[in-house]
Amino acid sequence: MAPVKVYGLPMNGSVARVLVCLEEVGAEYEVVAVDLHTGEHKRLPHLARNPFGQVPAFQDGDLILFESRAISKYILRKESSDLLRENNLSESAMVDVWLDVESQKFDSVMLPIIFQGLVIPVYMGGTSDLKVLEENLEKLKEIMEVYEERLSKSKYLAGDFISLADISHFPMVHLLHETPYASVLDAYPHVKAWIAGVMDRPTVKKVIGLMKTFG
Amino acid sequence: MTPVKVFGPAASTNVARVLVCLEEVGAEYELVDIDFPGKGHKRPEHLARNPFGQVPALQDGDLVLFESRAIAKCVLRKYKSEQVDLLREGNLEEAALVDIWTEVEAHQYHPALSPIVLECFIYPTLRGLPTNQRIVDESLEKAKKVLEIYEAHLSKHKYLAGDFVSFADLNHFACTFYLMDATPYASLFDSYPHVKAWWDDLMSRPSMKKLGAGMTTRV
Repeated sequence: MAPVKVYGLPMNGSVARVLVCLEEVGAEYEVVAVDLHTGEHKRLPHLARNPFGQVPAFQDGDLILFESRAISKYILRKESSDLLRENNLSESAMVDVWLDVESQKFDSVMLPIIFQGLVIPVYMGGTSDLKVLEENLEKLKEIMEVYEERLSKSKYLAGDFISLADISHFPMVHLLHETPYASVLDAYPHVKAWIAGVMDRPTVKKVIGLMKTFG
Repeated sequence: MTPVKVFGPAASTNVARVLVCLEEVGAEYELVDIDFPGKGHKRPEHLARNPFGQVPALQDGDLVLFESRAIAKCVLRKYKSEQVDLLREGNLEEAALVDIWTEVEAHQYHPALSPIVLECFIYPTLRGLPTNQRIVDESLEKAKKVLEIYEAHLSKHKYLAGDFVSFADLNHFACTFYLMDATPYASLFDSYPHVKAWWDDLMSRPSMKKLGAGMTTRV
């Protein structure tokens, strides 16, 4: 069977989310670079894969998908991974709750932190907007307080089992570690322990390697 | 069996997202209002349901959930039948298409259209705040770009995930309802005939008619 294709660069957090799911199920895949600097994502053929002109896109035979969390679920369902718990109503609901928290709350504050704290100063040679950074770091702290409380009662976000809800956080956590603001998490010991557990997974380590070498 | 409880005002877009799913599957439910002016959403009993102090929350026996999209999916899974299967999780490809357009609603459609509803309806009528027209105008531009992509997609497919109605479609209900009913921008959809036909078709569903009748701002 032809390996599936992932369009985008591993350094992109949403691309990395898809790659770690592929690693989790042990699927063969090929990464096809899409050059955001030249606007390749806003032109055909990429627009035919994702009409919103974003990465990643994903191809499995004739099936073309976009939106990283939708692609991730497809990969995990296809290989009957236990990371979604879809055969258990209450467990799958808790996975969905914390995946939505990741997507609606965590990711929303992390995007400006990573953009201002890493992308602008390191990759674009510009100056960070400290006001935006501070505002979002404050919001991140409020969110982390809820996580700390949750993780003081259960080992992982959805319960005592690891799930896509946990793993889905890894790309942004890794990128936060690359900024000068990683210490913001120090006030939350259960969050730190949870992150250490997620980052220690061989699949996560492998994708972080790809993020570093691929650019 | 005790009916499930939904915590939050029915007029909230995120509460309505859950209610439309409960109506679609025909489940019994009880709506428990949360007193927002009295900060009921920040009281301990509600924070125990939703640690972020937001609505909705859902209680089904011992199971307590928050995040409207997650609650809605749980409802659709629990009450799934041969007649009503709005997630299509039994079909790998269809489920993926439902997921894609559910994510598109969350990351593209809602962020573009909901500020228009907030600025033109929620803030002025419920919070006594003036409309920030600059935000409205910027959001209208973003909305047009999103609607262009919807138009191209819906000219090829009757519904977002394919030729079947799904959770991805239902998800657009509350925000779009208020845009049409309570803002001066209902004509926004006129330039997108396939989007308009899709919306009219959705609004003819008994679930949306029923909830819309309770949400309308018109006399």
